[in-house]
Amino acid sequence: MEALKQELKGKIIEVLNLEDISVADINDNDPLFGEGLGLDSIDALELIVLLDKDYGIKLTDPKEGKNIFQSIDTMAAFIEANRTK
Amino acid sequence: MENKTYIQSFCSIQNNSIRLNGEAVFSTEDSDFSDFSKKAYQHFEIGYPKFFKMDNLSKLAFLGSELLLKKVVESDKENDIALLFANKSSSLDTDLKYQNSISDSENYFPSPAVFVYTLPNICLGEIAIKNQLKSENSFFIFDAFNPEFLLQYANVLLNTKKAAKVLCGWVEYFNEEYKAFLYLVADEGTIEHDKNNIEIAFNK
Amino acid sequence: MFKKVYISDTNCITPLGFDVASNIANIEKGNTGIQKHENTNLMPIPFYGAVINNTDLEAAFSKITTDGNFTKLEKMMILALYPMVDSSKISKKTAFILSTTKGNITALEKQNGKSIDKAQLSDLAKTVADFFGFQTEPIIISNACVSGVLAIAIAKRMIQAEVYENAFVVAGDLVSEFVLSGFNSFQAMSDAPCKPYSANRTGVSLGEAAAAILVTTDATNAKVEVVGDGAINDANHISGPSRTGEGLYRSIQSAFLESAISADQIDYISAHGTATPFNDEMEAIAFNRLGLEGVPVNSLKGYYGHTLGASGLLETVIGIESVAQNRLFQSFGFDEMGVSQSINVIQENETKKCDYFLKTASGFGGCNTAVVFKKVS
Repeated sequence: MEALKQELKGKIIEVLNLEDISVADINDNDPLFGEGLGLDSIDALELIVLLDKDYGIKLTDPKEGKNIFQSIDTMAAFIEANRTK
Repeated sequence: MENKTYIQSFCSIQNNSIRLNGEAVFSTEDSDFSDFSKKAYQHFEIGYPKFFKMDNLSKLAFLGSELLLKKVVESDKENDIALLFANKSSSLDTDLKYQNSISDSENYFPSPAVFVYTLPNICLGEIAIKNQLKSENSFFIFDAFNPEFLLQYANVLLNTKKAAKVLCGWVEYFNEEYKAFLYLVADEGTIEHDKNNIEIAFNK
Repeated sequence: MFKKVYISDTNCITPLGFDVASNIANIEKGNTGIQKHENTNLMPIPFYGAVINNTDLEAAFSKITTDGNFTKLEKMMILALYPMVDSSKISKKTAFILSTTKGNITALEKQNGKSIDKAQLSDLAKTVADFFGFQTEPIIISNACVSGVLAIAIAKRMIQAEVYENAFVVAGDLVSEFVLSGFNSFQAMSDAPCKPYSANRTGVSLGEAAAAILVTTDATNAKVEVVGDGAINDANHISGPSRTGEGLYRSIQSAFLESAISADQIDYISAHGTATPFNDEMEAIAFNRLGLEGVPVNSLKGYYGHTLGASGLLETVIGIESVAQNRLFQSFGFDEMGVSQSINVIQENETKKCDYFLKTASGFGGCNTAVVFKKVS
């Protein structure tokens, strides 16, 4: 799962255009939204696209995103359990 | 009787260089807009990470507005500065990028972060958010730079007291060709706000 | 003192008809233009939307000309303007204002074989302007979903400043793969016909339409006077509205101040009501802040879907008929109140004497526009 977490950090930085942030800056259990990285509603929608595009997971209810995207840890766990790519 | 209006300041951005009130203030070696705009962002110490989420049209408009508003916007009060912008190509540069993300049915992943920028007025939203401008704003499209309309409409906003100042901008971006020309209109200043002076500043 | 500015002619081209009377007749009967569409060229999955029938459009357009190679949107706009344009009303002091968000965006689709230049909005405006022989540089407004109402405000402001004497204003947008996929990526599309202000609303149904008006200082045949306007940004977020409805609140306030009226004089509000959770909630908050919670309000998007750059103008055209006939139309699609602050959603068609009505709109980029109209008796 470690490799997946590092991979996720890199993808998030790239897909969400987080210019001044490096993989080393993101801790596995930092909140991604609100405090921490301070991502917003459009970022949440982009992460839903990321799940589909890179891991083949289609979220049936976008509101699930709130729990899945709490942190790198929760995202990685969800992807491990549900990925089809 | 209508009050006289003035151009308080102006800037232009094109060909990897930035001029403020007619003087060169920044330039880079020949590079693409993404690289040029990043270097400009760093040089002017803009310190606003959301800049990197913007599309090229919004980055262009935002950079120009930062140069002119930085000295004018007071953070502890409301600033009644209207935004009056125009261009020729609307958001077509980003529209093409978005269209490409939906044109292959085998690789169909519409991006919300790209889609939101497929409207030219989003750049006004970005400027308004950064400077907390809860003010009049509108985006127009013309076949070419239209100083007459900008002059007339800016004066309407000021004379009817719909705004205390007006930031006017021609912000055109398409396929790495860009020109931004922004100027701040108010009821005091040294350059009279008329069509001739707008055109002179546009060409400086 | 500024001259009074009026709207004297109106028209619309929608799935509910190609003139105002047909649209009103359908609205009276509770007919909606929103239908289920299964068209994989537009969306990979079925969707609800209000689309103009191409055969009907061709038939109507061929009655005015068989020349030229006009796009669907150009035909809609030309048909909308056609009945009201005559050369006696066109001069060098006649403005031509065109409102659209995406124009001929379908020109970008490779299978259409059109040049990218065809997607330029100035090309669209020139095509329509040349058809009618307008003499001034077209003024194109592309300001997200407030464009249609904003165009009315711009016309009035420029006429009062005596830059122009009158203005033909046309607004239009299409249901396209481009916008359908975009709204879908925002999770903003409803999987059933949209339900503005309702508890179980889940998003928009898109629609296409064109509308046109003549704005003038000539009071002959005037239907309404344009008495006040405001177009203020939330300065909050580029895609979500302000939670306190700040920009909309200030836009309405600015319009009231200019009109020299107060909230209790408004007889009817034609609101934006897209049926997204955030938009409708924001409007309810803004209306309450202004003391407008008791004013009968509807969204027309249950009949037309969200017609983007056309919506503000189309909905104003219908609003003008409402006040002319003293007839308020139900807010179609509404069932159970679903906003946190109470507003007076019109649930059945009713008769009510109307003098002042307020049209509002909000859009991506944090924009808002409000215009107050006064019936001319």
